Amino acid sequence: MRQTDLEAIAKDVGAYLEAHENKSLLRFITCGSVDDGKSTLIGRLLYDSKLIYEDQLAALEADSKRSGTQGENIDFALLVDGLAAEREQGITIDVAYRFFSTDKRKFIVADTPGHEQYTRNMATGASTADVAILMIDARKGILTQTRRHAFIVSSLGIRKLVLAVNKMDLVDYDQDTFNQIKADFDAFAETLGRDVDITPIPLSALAGDNITAPQGNTDWYTGPSLIEYLETVEVGDRRDKGPFRMPVQWVNRPNLDFRGFSGTIVSGHVKPGDTLRVSPSGREAVVKRIVTMTGDLPEAVPGQSITLTLDREIDVSRGDVLSSKDSPAEASNQFQARILWMADKPMLPGRRYLVKMGSNIVPATLNRPKFGIDINTLEEKPAKELELNEVGVTTLSLDKPIAFDPYDDIRGMGGFILIDRLTNDTVGMGLIDFALRRASNIHWQAMDVTRDALAEQKAQKPAVLWFTGLSGSGKSTIANALQKKLLAQGKHTFLLDGDNVRHGLNRDLGFTDADRVENIRRVANVAKLMSDAGLITLVSFISPFRSERRMARNLMSEGEYVEIFVDTPLDVAEQRDVKGLYKKARAGEIKNFTGIDSPYEAPKEAEITIDTVDQSPEEAADQILSWLEAEGFLSTE
Amino acid sequence: MTSLTHLDRLEAESIHIIREVAAATENPVMLYSVGKDSAVMLHLALKAFYPGVPPFPLMHVDTTWKFSEMIAFRDRKAKELGLDLIVHTNEEGVAQGVGPFTHGSALHTDIMKTSALKTALTKYKFDAALGGARRDEEKSRAKERIFSFRTAEHRWDPKNQRPELWDLYNARLAPGESVRAFPLSNWTELDIWQYIRREKIEIVPLYYAAERPVVNWEGTDIMVDDDRVPEDLRKTAVMKKVRFRTLGCYPLTGAVESEADTLDEIIKEMLLATSSEREGRVIDRDQAASMEKKKQEGYF
Repeated sequence: MRQTDLEAIAKDVGAYLEAHENKSLLRFITCGSVDDGKSTLIGRLLYDSKLIYEDQLAALEADSKRSGTQGENIDFALLVDGLAAEREQGITIDVAYRFFSTDKRKFIVADTPGHEQYTRNMATGASTADVAILMIDARKGILTQTRRHAFIVSSLGIRKLVLAVNKMDLVDYDQDTFNQIKADFDAFAETLGRDVDITPIPLSALAGDNITAPQGNTDWYTGPSLIEYLETVEVGDRRDKGPFRMPVQWVNRPNLDFRGFSGTIVSGHVKPGDTLRVSPSGREAVVKRIVTMTGDLPEAVPGQSITLTLDREIDVSRGDVLSSKDSPAEASNQFQARILWMADKPMLPGRRYLVKMGSNIVPATLNRPKFGIDINTLEEKPAKELELNEVGVTTLSLDKPIAFDPYDDIRGMGGFILIDRLTNDTVGMGLIDFALRRASNIHWQAMDVTRDALAEQKAQKPAVLWFTGLSGSGKSTIANALQKKLLAQGKHTFLLDGDNVRHGLNRDLGFTDADRVENIRRVANVAKLMSDAGLITLVSFISPFRSERRMARNLMSEGEYVEIFVDTPLDVAEQRDVKGLYKKARAGEIKNFTGIDSPYEAPKEAEITIDTVDQSPEEAADQILSWLEAEGFLSTE
Repeated sequence: MTSLTHLDRLEAESIHIIREVAAATENPVMLYSVGKDSAVMLHLALKAFYPGVPPFPLMHVDTTWKFSEMIAFRDRKAKELGLDLIVHTNEEGVAQGVGPFTHGSALHTDIMKTSALKTALTKYKFDAALGGARRDEEKSRAKERIFSFRTAEHRWDPKNQRPELWDLYNARLAPGESVRAFPLSNWTELDIWQYIRREKIEIVPLYYAAERPVVNWEGTDIMVDDDRVPEDLRKTAVMKKVRFRTLGCYPLTGAVESEADTLDEIIKEMLLATSSEREGRVIDRDQAASMEKKKQEGYF
């Protein structure tokens, strides 16, 4: 802390605190590698704003001697490298948040590593930042990673970039070097296609040049020091001037007389008397009060967490968005979005994930990427799926329409996360570009002859009997036996068999995880059409993944999907090896063979489980038949 | 009122987090430690749900070694605000006579605090616990998420944290798993004091300097809060004008000599201080990575 502050505090702390109560807040992200001196820069910012206490300084000095890289000098990087594992490896592997303040502002710094494999961490840090500091080593100039960092932070909506040209002391504070880097970056920034404001600053984080003030080494530089820039840069204007948007987070209903809608304003202002529209329902109401514990507010602004009451009783719940009547949020269930994949397991087109956007959580299907983006060259490249840290553009379909704005228009209305339905992990992030069509335009073709009529004509209830199990478990044999028995009873059936379908409909698909998912998606949809026709459809597919089986289950009408787990242990199936496939797989001649080098996820919610070790196919078919009879599938009653 | 101050923005973010926990989890609880950070967190929860009351209970893990003034303050606050307060104590530990004087700080903390907390969360089947920890308190906290996951064994895995983007918190859990949510993550100690001052939040009087009986135990001045202080130690007690920067178990909380008996004086002392806040906490004084270890084991 500066001497003048110390004196002011000692003299009249009350006055000092009141002056400091009205600081603004700036969140920024630092991007760069360990070698660029990023941690040193942050350590220096903390040190120069005197946020390091004597005990911490003593510990730092001891640490610097033990494991620092600066000889007898203080290694500022040690201040910010938190986790024990990282300290041993000498790298920062996650996002860390740091805090410091000056007279004018409080700062929250997201400190993220810069290597390619940590793209997801950088995106995480950038998602809440207003300003990005791109670290550049003056000796090396603009590198591939600089371009990558600029692409990520500008994609995430950061419009203010600082080009921190560090280690100027190692190039003798040479102005030409600095100017060349500046020119190189400007030329590259053109290709980003976004309106970004770039401020280059020559620095030495180690020596302290232009961190808070010049040190006499860069007299040719007349721009602001880093701190001056951070203290004065204007952000948040777009949010302030945008149309009103508030995702409803919580309905506050403490008693029958009060019904308030709570949420955080992501764009625009609101005051009593404003007419709001509820999206996606489209209903309208007028704001009555903005309620807080310390009295009603005359107006509320972006970033505030508020509670509104409306002038009439309309249906509003968590997940809805309140927006200004004049420029309301659109609603749709189909989008084009930019996706960054964040999980070790790749994104599988066709698989269902959960989308969390605003206060909504909605199941969604991601389609095959239109193209991937090489984050180093920014060029489009073909992509079938997305791997960890890959970026691509794809379309997605949600199970129900939600209110949104394009991410580039309103950050708080167009960003979403993707959640894996089984592990609950956050596996990706997405930025909505636009809706493919508005939800209101989607209509199903109305049918005169209903599916019920078709089923009734056949004196049966449609069903999809989904046989799953390892290769050679006996699925098709049992399904065949069952189909014969059903035919004998006069039932109308059809058998979809994995091998046969792969010869025709799905002959373009292989056996990668992505293709397996697409394989099942198509088959499930064919089965769905057949059950619409009133048939009892037998599906005999390995279908190794739980999430695809669940997708099939969800596609069918309630109660129509019957999962039959043909539970043959791997050693038994391999011993039978009817088609000789296990032998080939073991010999490495077949790749991605279920049970050998591709997983089989056994069902947890199967309606019927078949034991094929102690039962013949005939007995198994009878077991299923009596289940169907008991459940009423074989009569129309 | 078009521009929000840093306190306004911190307040708004915390309220958003608290509401999200209430909306997205089945059975949340707010861990209330009676200290200044808990006081701020509780105040924010009251604001978040006004005119309703917070839709979750408060829980205090009482080691039976807390300052008696803390307990009195806790009970009065819960009553005044009409909040549901759960007090959980490791009765087995009490029966075995576990305490800092007899068992040492590490074992005492482990049995009466860490393991008691785990037991309580399991007993009441809480799937989310709001806590008042801040990222500026300690280096390993700087990397912890706002929604921080615990396995069914209540362990934290720093290498396997969910990415946290924008203000979209993924609170989905498998059976048995739980989440600790930290609405004060982005607050600093100074922010807390400034907010207490601005909002006129009542805090336990122990934060203010007063004449108190003090003994020196293992190099730290501690207050003689009751007669469980060993008798030969108690005989050395002297009256000193002291206050406490953090509050916990009284034998483990270092007293600092001070004249600061108003809020402004406390803040002044804090701003001019030369040692960081947690120095008064005896349990932190192991090697640098000690907090990370404790957290992996389930310490809050």
